[in-house]
Amino acid sequence: MEHFIITENVKFMLFGLYGFLFVLMGVLKFLQFKKKNVDNWLIRVRSFIFIVVIFTVAFCTNKICAFALITLLSYLALKEFFSLTPTRKTDRRVLLWAYWSIPVQFYIIYINWATLFYLFIPLYVFLLISMRMVTIGNTDGFLKSIATIQWGLMTSVYALGYIALILAIPFKYNPIGGSLGLLFFILLITVANDFMQMFSGKMFGKHKIIPKVSPNKTWEGFIGGVIGTTILSMLIAPVLTPFTLLQSAFCGSVLAIAGFFGDVTMSAVKRDMGVKDTSSLIPGHGGILDRFDSLIFTAPLFFHYFAYINSIVITRGH
Amino acid sequence: MIFFNFLKYMLFLFIIKPFIYLVLGVNVSGAGNLPKVDKSPSIIVANHNSHIDTLLLMSLFNCSQILKIHPVAAADYFCNTKFKRFVFTKLLGIIPISRKVRKATEEELFKDINEKLRAGETIIIYPEGTRGESNELSKFKSGVAHIARMNPDIPVIPCYINGPDKILPKGEILWVPFIADVYVSEPVYYDNTSTKEFTEKIRSIVEFLKLEHKKKEEL
Repeated sequence: MEHFIITENVKFMLFGLYGFLFVLMGVLKFLQFKKKNVDNWLIRVRSFIFIVVIFTVAFCTNKICAFALITLLSYLALKEFFSLTPTRKTDRRVLLWAYWSIPVQFYIIYINWATLFYLFIPLYVFLLISMRMVTIGNTDGFLKSIATIQWGLMTSVYALGYIALILAIPFKYNPIGGSLGLLFFILLITVANDFMQMFSGKMFGKHKIIPKVSPNKTWEGFIGGVIGTTILSMLIAPVLTPFTLLQSAFCGSVLAIAGFFGDVTMSAVKRDMGVKDTSSLIPGHGGILDRFDSLIFTAPLFFHYFAYINSIVITRGH
Repeated sequence: MIFFNFLKYMLFLFIIKPFIYLVLGVNVSGAGNLPKVDKSPSIIVANHNSHIDTLLLMSLFNCSQILKIHPVAAADYFCNTKFKRFVFTKLLGIIPISRKVRKATEEELFKDINEKLRAGETIIIYPEGTRGESNELSKFKSGVAHIARMNPDIPVIPCYINGPDKILPKGEILWVPFIADVYVSEPVYYDNTSTKEFTEKIRSIVEFLKLEHKKKEEL
């Protein structure tokens, strides 16, 4: 059974994260004791700790557990997307094919066949889905239907597949953190960015940034998030990644902007469908797509930035 | 009996509930209206489009509560072979009822149901009488009203289920995962009008819940 190497630096950051969550929980409990209304925050932090624990256990056990978790995540996201958007009754079998692309894609990443992964959903599944839909033969709303299904696959399966691909980065490129360190970095940065954008938006928010899509988002929140994430990236990148200070600052700011767009893109879809949350799976957060929407934009960007800096080519046999 | 209850418990805990919550997914609105099944009996009424409906409604309750829930099901469909009869009555706890109108007194026709209700257990019943076309609420049969009239102190809880008609429509064998929605209404009691009016009342509540869902979709 293949394991990931958990370096001292990753352990250090993990303890740091758990310590932070522990303190946060303590502060919230104290505020609750002081009769402050923090029930919403308590639910949110509790769900978040639950997610962190599941991730830690899965990624520290072995490669199969880690991949099973990401596959499940991707499945739940795609299911939320298909439940959200209207689908034609005749497309049931097409949707089933779309679902089956998930295990296939993650198997391809599991065996480190990156070149096939890059093309699998954008090209082969795209062609297969078209083929299956044509054989059913319902042409009413054909293009709209096929575009919806492909959009769901690109976001929930292909983009989230990059989380798994980050795990395939060979250890030698990041001796201080290994692939787990890189994954930890991107998850931490993405979640922290969401939080900081929301936080600084609540604190200083005045000028709306895209009122038609997301009326609560402000320029102040966006800029605060970018600055905060850049600083955080410069602080934790030296522990988890081989980036230089300049590289980590650049990476942090790009990821912050990408995370923002991931967030508002999913907001636009939700607004189009007239829902607030994609599901109620995670108490206090909404659905998988609500929580991981920023990751759809940040994970591929981070992977390619890292691959560019280190000239990495992932091939079978590594 | 204890053995079968244990099997039913395990079946829901390890197979049906994980399937319903993880593979499919449920959004419940009005969860506070769900009855305390282990304390008192109630009559759960819902629209019916798919076999999933029953599993979905039962999964809303704790595994120990599920033992006290009995779906009322058509004898000619679920008990036409000995094996099916065994599986559905023992493992899912269904109460078989004949859909053919016979010459029998009311008390005789609803004997099994009344027995369960009087023993403090809960029933699930689909007044449409069969799995209907998706997105259409067909005419309600008056059986529920008769049961409610015979047990006026037992609450009737109308529900609207959306989604199972996409997951597994009538006549299909392939399952496609979707998140289902369940709307639970406040309980109503038999109000000494007529069974016809009471049936209409329940139907209008389910219709109202359906409109509520439609409104959410078209926002």
